[in-house]
Amino acid sequence: MRWQIAVSPLSSATDSLGHVIRNRLRAFGLDGVDVHTARLFYLEGDLNGAAARRVADGLLADPVVGTATVDPWDDYTSTASGSVSVFRRAGVMDPVEAGVLRGAKALGCPVERAATAFRYEFGAGVDDDVLTRAAALLSNPAIEECQLHDDRFPPRATAGETPTGRIEVPLRDADPAGLEAVSTEGGLSLTLLEMQEIQAHFRKLGREPTDIELESLAQTWSEHCKHKTLAGAVRYEGDEIPGVGGSFAVDNLLTETIKEATHRLARDFCLSVFHDNAGVIAFEGDQALCFKVETHNHPSAIEPYGGAGTGIGGVIRDILGTGLGARPVANTNVFCVGPPDMAPGAVPKGAQHPVRILKGVVSGVRDYGNQMGIPTVNGAVFFDQRYVGNPLVYCGTIGIIPKDKVEKTVVPGTAIVAIGGRTGRDGIHGATFSSVELHEDSERVDSGAVQIGNAITEKKVLDVLLQARDRGLYVGITDCGAGGFSSAVGEMAEHCGAEVHLDRAPLKYAGLSASEIWISEAQERMVFSVPQENVDAMLALCASEDVEAVVLGTFTGTGRLELHYHGEVVGDLDMAFLHDGLPRITRTATWSAPSPDGEITESTASGDDLLAILSDPNVASKEWIIRQYDHEVQAGSVVKPLVGTRGQGPSDGSVIAPMLGNRAGFAVGCGMNPRYGDLDPYHMAQAAIDEALRNVVSVGGDPDHCAILDNFSWGNTNYPDRLGGLVRASYGCRDAAIALRTPFISGKDSLNNEYKVGDETIVIPPSLLVSALARVPDVGAAVTMDLKAPGNLLYVVGETADELGGSAYAVATGIRAGDVPKLNADRARRTFLALHAAMRRGLVRSCHDLSEGGLAAAAAEMVIAGEVGARVSLRRLPKSSDDLWDTASLFSESLSRFLVEVTPEQTEEFERALDGLPAAAVGETLPAPELVMMGTNGATLIELSATVLEDAWRPALTRWLEDIDPEPHRG
Amino acid sequence: MAEPRVLVLRAAGINCELETQFAFERAGAPARIMHVNRLLERPDTLNEYGMVVVPGGFSYGDDIAAGKVLAVEISHALGDHFRAFVARGGLMLGICNGFQVLVKTGLLPGVGADGASRHATVTWNDSHRYEDRWVHLTVDAGLCVFAPRDRSTLTLPVAHGEGRFTVGADAEIESLAAARQVVFRYVASDGTPPHYPANPNGSMGHVAGICDPTGQVLGLMPHPERALFPWHHPAWTRDGSREEGDGAALFRAAVKAMR
Repeated sequence: MRWQIAVSPLSSATDSLGHVIRNRLRAFGLDGVDVHTARLFYLEGDLNGAAARRVADGLLADPVVGTATVDPWDDYTSTASGSVSVFRRAGVMDPVEAGVLRGAKALGCPVERAATAFRYEFGAGVDDDVLTRAAALLSNPAIEECQLHDDRFPPRATAGETPTGRIEVPLRDADPAGLEAVSTEGGLSLTLLEMQEIQAHFRKLGREPTDIELESLAQTWSEHCKHKTLAGAVRYEGDEIPGVGGSFAVDNLLTETIKEATHRLARDFCLSVFHDNAGVIAFEGDQALCFKVETHNHPSAIEPYGGAGTGIGGVIRDILGTGLGARPVANTNVFCVGPPDMAPGAVPKGAQHPVRILKGVVSGVRDYGNQMGIPTVNGAVFFDQRYVGNPLVYCGTIGIIPKDKVEKTVVPGTAIVAIGGRTGRDGIHGATFSSVELHEDSERVDSGAVQIGNAITEKKVLDVLLQARDRGLYVGITDCGAGGFSSAVGEMAEHCGAEVHLDRAPLKYAGLSASEIWISEAQERMVFSVPQENVDAMLALCASEDVEAVVLGTFTGTGRLELHYHGEVVGDLDMAFLHDGLPRITRTATWSAPSPDGEITESTASGDDLLAILSDPNVASKEWIIRQYDHEVQAGSVVKPLVGTRGQGPSDGSVIAPMLGNRAGFAVGCGMNPRYGDLDPYHMAQAAIDEALRNVVSVGGDPDHCAILDNFSWGNTNYPDRLGGLVRASYGCRDAAIALRTPFISGKDSLNNEYKVGDETIVIPPSLLVSALARVPDVGAAVTMDLKAPGNLLYVVGETADELGGSAYAVATGIRAGDVPKLNADRARRTFLALHAAMRRGLVRSCHDLSEGGLAAAAAEMVIAGEVGARVSLRRLPKSSDDLWDTASLFSESLSRFLVEVTPEQTEEFERALDGLPAAAVGETLPAPELVMMGTNGATLIELSATVLEDAWRPALTRWLEDIDPEPHRG
Repeated sequence: MAEPRVLVLRAAGINCELETQFAFERAGAPARIMHVNRLLERPDTLNEYGMVVVPGGFSYGDDIAAGKVLAVEISHALGDHFRAFVARGGLMLGICNGFQVLVKTGLLPGVGADGASRHATVTWNDSHRYEDRWVHLTVDAGLCVFAPRDRSTLTLPVAHGEGRFTVGADAEIESLAAARQVVFRYVASDGTPPHYPANPNGSMGHVAGICDPTGQVLGLMPHPERALFPWHHPAWTRDGSREEGDGAALFRAAVKAMR
């Protein structure tokens, strides 16, 4: 029988969800509505009324706070007038179903299928107009459907017929228009040139391709998988780039810039770079660390919660599939979204409001990361108008792996074993979808590419995977990411070949075609190369922890990819063509410096400028986000993302000691500033590397045992101006990495981040994220940024120049002018090494890097965090020229600088440690918690109490995001 | 004297088992991690242990309500075994998700002096969202045979979305306190009654952890296993005097009680 169950809070209990919803609706202009919530369940199985009641009372409702109604679904007529009910669309993952089935089974009630939904009751008198608006705010049509006044679960779609296998696509006689039509209609995102290459290949073979062969080629040749642009040939004509000039051609941009730096440096701590899922560096004893950062931009634009959740889920699988499998020990995330104060009417058609996107992605990362038991320890958020239709979501994971497990192999004759989640129609065409621009109809057209993750499925995979690794049950492993089985098996079998039986894949529901099984990007799946003698043990291990596992086929030595479906050959491709057949083209790139559209006029800086900077959401406290992440699970936390007397201070980076009982740790930090990219992507890239290094050095990371990752998010690089910026940034990366002796170990690019609405195209600013991972030799010597005690000296380390271009000051004052900060790499390296050495000797009480908002903002944050005062004079500040004006001294964002607190007893030794570098005592700490900054002429420029500073900085972003009242509510 | 042995239970979604095992071993008790499926296959394995711990995490995703599915599974398949285990003098500890599980099995707060089962739950935070922060606690070991008796306050981290300890009426909190079953309560840093965020979830009576009437079953929302080393404390760089984290005291007391 089928049952409809509603669980609602007892009248005596608190409806905390209802309270939050009420406030959330108010924030979007729906004021004065009262909301009562209920959770709806649909159960199907051999259940009589008593059994359904037993499940309702024993599992679904908590008798202390809730009560359940139970009705037969078939005869159920809803009486929920004045309500909005939100149901998942058919095929969208409902993670709750598995728990309901398991719990019901324990109660002896055989539930075969379950679904869940939410009901929001507004009261019978509320207008349909209000309900419709509320429904729009409470649901996302990409994954959910709403019913007004009716809470009855919609009938479930009946399973489709199992389609026949082999489908040929006539291609050999097609004209160019016909080829393009095949690519477009099939959602293949292949260019005409690529289609022609495929046509020629099949003409030679004397047959037509099958649909699954075209899909395999489209996935493998996608920008997402092949990085055609970054690894492609480029002809550059534009403003000069240091070292290579203003007119040159490059055969492979990636090899000659980012990878070139790593190869030239040849650092001995690099154990595996670029060729695996993640880069690997030596850590401690027989242990190594690996790090990968991915983007999940387009899915997050359409469904922020699912997009970000599957983004973090995907990068965790990258780590699980690095070498023979690593154990994840930390997550990172960086978001770029539109401004939180954007008027709802100003949001372009088809896009979601930035606040909704940000809250969605935070929830997605929170739920997935927390449930995986991986601490989320580092990140950043950037706000800019141009991210409104195309937000960016970067997710990173760090793993620990024994050094003898870093290499993997694939052996012909071994079994192809797939474990984890079932395959469904979800996430079809993610790889190709991420390789085109978004547009106002993306939500409607491409919703199949969006999914909801199930963290518990992945956690179970993690649990069995590490056991299987340590028992030596497999020789090779990779994750199913973009392209699903097609990419995973296709990559593993590149040098040998594979025979795959697609009908063996466990499916979420019937009706999938062979092609759909092959390219589905259903989450939480891993693929292994398992020697035949270990297959039974592998399957038994998985079964013992309720992880589904199946032998999909065999790795062969044929050099062919052979795909079977119910006994029929549905695809047979030459591996060499699949992986190396992609035609290469030369793209053209150009770049010229923008002309400033204003100038910075010299005026006297004031405390108001500082307060304006502190309350810029880009600078303001991210505590609302950080606290929702479990940043301490695994008990490795040493420097948390929030530090200070009350945990109110913003840490530069985080430190983790991942081996319990061992004092060795690592620091993780990041650097990014898209506004510098508007001025010059070359210098932006160098600044990002410098900032990432500053952040790890500030907390105790060793700059000489540090690796970095690059993640480029760019516009459509088919346009020469966008590509020109990418070329400049790549060379900026190369030059800075070499000079700082800091290798890139992994990276990823996401291009085509543009949003088309009508005739207008919004292009994101050049957005390079650099993430840094540094060893911390002894976590007991780690440093935090909060001022520690009155009576200490404050040093500025590093030189300040007039570099206000792209600065927080420029934003606060509305000016687009000034020079972009430039890297003096030799001095930066010596500074990082000297400061780190001083920290190792215990000479540093607190340290904060100078970044957005410059010296003034850094000093303010240190005062806020430590509740200790500071007096700083600009007179002795190390400057590029003696006549540097005070505003620049306060707010310039010159690179490689730190504000450091040192006790009077240690100043001499500290100064010796920094000998030969620009460093000077510029002030001291005070008992009264206030910030006083004095100009070159001795005049007081800024005098603000810690309370005033904190009140400007701490709530400035939170107020847009908060949906609870400051005072507890009681039902 | 028998070697004290600790069984750290894991299940799909439990994710604090490694640091919980570490905390016990550091305190001197060999600890073994076991999947609940193995215990379901051989419940008499319990006889080999002096203590069973249900660690933190999100068992089965916490998707219906935190800890509920594992609690139902334990109540129906292992309930009698656990009751017999406690009757034999065995100790049980639930941390965070483990506390939620023990409350939802009814092992906590357990049967009252009148012989009737008491009903409590741990439900959504007032904020209706997950938060990670450090809190101050008062300790009253009361009936509990393994709560630390040498400490009146502890500072530990919480990290949960559903930590609001709730009973049907305020009077039931009083009666639990009168029965000396309330072991941990949230308190403001200056020792006064807490408001949010010092009481991070809105728990009735500011209750953070309770024991059962035998004193052998203890559960708490905070994570003592995340407060073992000096550097676990969020302000450790401000004050170098700390020798260890406050959580270590709890594991030491538990291991001592097993000897």
